Amino acid sequence: MADLSTNFVGIKSPNPFWLASAPPTDKEYNVRRAFEAGWGGVVWKTLGSEGPPIVNVNGPRYGAIWGADRRLLGLNNIELITDRPLEVNLREIKTVKRDYPDRAMVVSIMVPCEESEWKAILPLVEETGADGIELNFGCPHGMSERGMGAAVGQVPEYIEMVARWCKQYTRMPVIVKLTPNITDIRYPARAAKRGGADAVSLINTISSITGVDLDSFSPLPSIDGKGSHGGYCGPAVKPIALNMCAEIARDAETRGLPISGIGGVTTWRDAAEFLALGAGTVQVCTAAMTYGFRIVEEMKTGLSDWMDKKGYAHVSDFVGKAVPNVTDWQYLNLNYVAKARIDQDACIKCGRCFAACEDTSHQAIWMKEGRVFEVNDAECVACNLCVDVCPVEDCITMVPMQPGQTDPRTGKVVSGDYANWTTHPNNPMARAAE
Amino acid sequence: MSSPMTPGVAAGRLPAQEIAKNFRDIHPALAPHEAAVAADRCYFCHDAPCVTACPTAIDIPMFIRQISTGVPEAAARTILAQNILGGMCARVCPTETLCEEACVRETAEGKPVLLGRLQRFATDALMETGVHPFTRAKPTGKRVAVVGAGPAGLACAHRLAMHGHDVTLFDARAKAGGLNEFGIAAYKSTDDFAAREVNWLMSIGGIEVQTGKRLGQGLSIDGLVSGFDAVFLGIGLGGVNALGIDGDGTEGVRDAVDFISELRQASDLARLPVGRNVVVIGGGMTAVDAAVQSKLLGAETVTIAYRRSREEMPASPFEQDLAASRGVRLLFNLRPVALHGKGKVAEIELEYTTRKDGKLTGTGETVRLAADQVLRAIGQTLSADGGLKVEGGKIAVTGAGRTSRKGVWAGGDCASGGDDLTVTAVAEGRDAAMDIHASLTGA
Repeated sequence: MADLSTNFVGIKSPNPFWLASAPPTDKEYNVRRAFEAGWGGVVWKTLGSEGPPIVNVNGPRYGAIWGADRRLLGLNNIELITDRPLEVNLREIKTVKRDYPDRAMVVSIMVPCEESEWKAILPLVEETGADGIELNFGCPHGMSERGMGAAVGQVPEYIEMVARWCKQYTRMPVIVKLTPNITDIRYPARAAKRGGADAVSLINTISSITGVDLDSFSPLPSIDGKGSHGGYCGPAVKPIALNMCAEIARDAETRGLPISGIGGVTTWRDAAEFLALGAGTVQVCTAAMTYGFRIVEEMKTGLSDWMDKKGYAHVSDFVGKAVPNVTDWQYLNLNYVAKARIDQDACIKCGRCFAACEDTSHQAIWMKEGRVFEVNDAECVACNLCVDVCPVEDCITMVPMQPGQTDPRTGKVVSGDYANWTTHPNNPMARAAE
Repeated sequence: MSSPMTPGVAAGRLPAQEIAKNFRDIHPALAPHEAAVAADRCYFCHDAPCVTACPTAIDIPMFIRQISTGVPEAAARTILAQNILGGMCARVCPTETLCEEACVRETAEGKPVLLGRLQRFATDALMETGVHPFTRAKPTGKRVAVVGAGPAGLACAHRLAMHGHDVTLFDARAKAGGLNEFGIAAYKSTDDFAAREVNWLMSIGGIEVQTGKRLGQGLSIDGLVSGFDAVFLGIGLGGVNALGIDGDGTEGVRDAVDFISELRQASDLARLPVGRNVVVIGGGMTAVDAAVQSKLLGAETVTIAYRRSREEMPASPFEQDLAASRGVRLLFNLRPVALHGKGKVAEIELEYTTRKDGKLTGTGETVRLAADQVLRAIGQTLSADGGLKVEGGKIAVTGAGRTSRKGVWAGGDCASGGDDLTVTAVAEGRDAAMDIHASLTGA
């Protein structure tokens, strides 16, 4: 049986599944339930400075988009950091950590960009016995208007500065949570590293409006007829998060910087993908908010079974295993040729592959008598659209051509050699073969 | 108060409440949530097989997409543009052998998208608004006679009216609707839907209804041809085949279509008499409709005796299962040979059949069943042909319902070609209307 325990920058947890700093981790009641359900750790919902508590709107805090059967695909929120008094949160964190010493207890913090503010709060958090802190430089809504959250995360210099203060004033590991609302995720990650942060976590939510009410013309979610952008998360953001993790994992400056992966983790598979792209743990929010805490059971057994099947004894055995395979487009093998193949036994004859290919792609699928759909190799560029629109998994697959075969589309013999754009004759910048 | 065991033919075998419960809508309307879930299952297939399977070629993926985007009235317009009786067809179509059989999710999972019920959801939504979605074109000054106000005639009349022609719609009965009103099982068309649909259809305007008129009784082809610019016949099959055995015509023996018609028009089903032991002879939808409704009225035993095998039975497997689930006994390879009883039927004698050299023959072995009531459902026949060419017992047509006489079209059950289904009749009426329109206007 695979060992799911992790040691992430010194923070130990029995499994890599943490609950992200968010509504599910706002109070003792929830966190106890989460730990009872089996979550490996939590990042306690972001604490602010002492003083009058934060206020939230009293209308909808969430908006969503759905797929078929109203499956929630994307969730957006305009909730701010914790609206409960600091001392209450600290007391509860301490109690819960005392009762669940084997679980990871990370505390998210967001205070103004002043050294004194950070200096003041860090000892209070440390006193709870928490295992680490996460700096919330990510929230794109509300707090950013007050110069915090994403407003900090969008300025690498601020990230570096605050990370440095934190490392100076606490013994606890420091994780910097990054906002995706920037053009290049590597800059804030590098800044975090320069500031001495032990790790980064990403992604925080993406600025978003989930819809518009076509009667009132209010953006959604709507508060008395008005809307403000919220932070978007859930399955829909996973591809964005995976890419940003990979960018940091393979960047020369940040390579090896521990990552806690966040963004649409819904199943064990999603988690395994983040881990393969370099994350040491994953953080989950929307899936728990959609289905409740019990989902962690599926995640744990799924990951464990997969690891057993693949022969990985420890999570660290496969963390980052996909990173070397992430490359730039220019290095992709242009001699690799594949063709779509339709499994006629699996085909249910919906014809979506045909419609997609005929209307919007390469006219490479024939619709023959009796609704038989076949690929015309002479036109197929292996774009994969047919695979993507087919409702039956594995009905259409991309089959690589073998070296020596002739591609009926180009008339060229498929080469077994690797050749990319940098040396392609059509590339004006191509370097001469050496 | 009688009971299922009361001998002979008697009314009120079940308490009125139970009868009312028995005759509730067989497929209740989908609630909005149910419709949303059902609609989500549609794959929006290319050149969708369900459309091909629909005799009226409704753009099913489009109307389902419209339902799932929250505009069922738009979905209804998509449906009604092809099939003006889309509401009734949603209730009575044997979808399990048409669109739903062709659905790729039937192929994939053995569970088709609920196309019929979604169609009803959409058409109900539009009809509830009370709005008629079509308007008439500029008057053409042409007059068309449509004989028979059943599905074929109604569809034809509506399409002609829409194109600006003035239509006179004749029917032999006291009200329009044809088999929708008089023929199908009550639990498929509850709350007087057939009549409501006719009223809604007529609201396009330009259609004058004259009841109590039929070919041979007040109407003749010659008279119609000289009085109108075109004639469409959707007169159905008015005659019923006889059993051709001793005792046919005895008290207790009647046509299933009459029984159903009486049931459909009854104001109080608890006062409708039915036999204690009912035997229905036949194997089509009419046989099933008559048998099931006999059972629902409280008959103690109801038997369908069909002369061929189960596989050959024209009633679909769904209809067979429906009958079985309501307690109707289905017997196959049995044909009636005699009716017994003094003055009224008491028993029916049936002979087993077998196939010999492809021909159905009796084996000589017989069985007697108790029968206070015997319902004939062995097919209907053309009752008037107006001197037109007939083939296979139906008015011969070519193309879009053109008969052997210029200026006379025919469609629905009375015309050759196509299945005897409401939806087929609608398609034929509609297509004939378009052909008439083209011939009248040169369009």
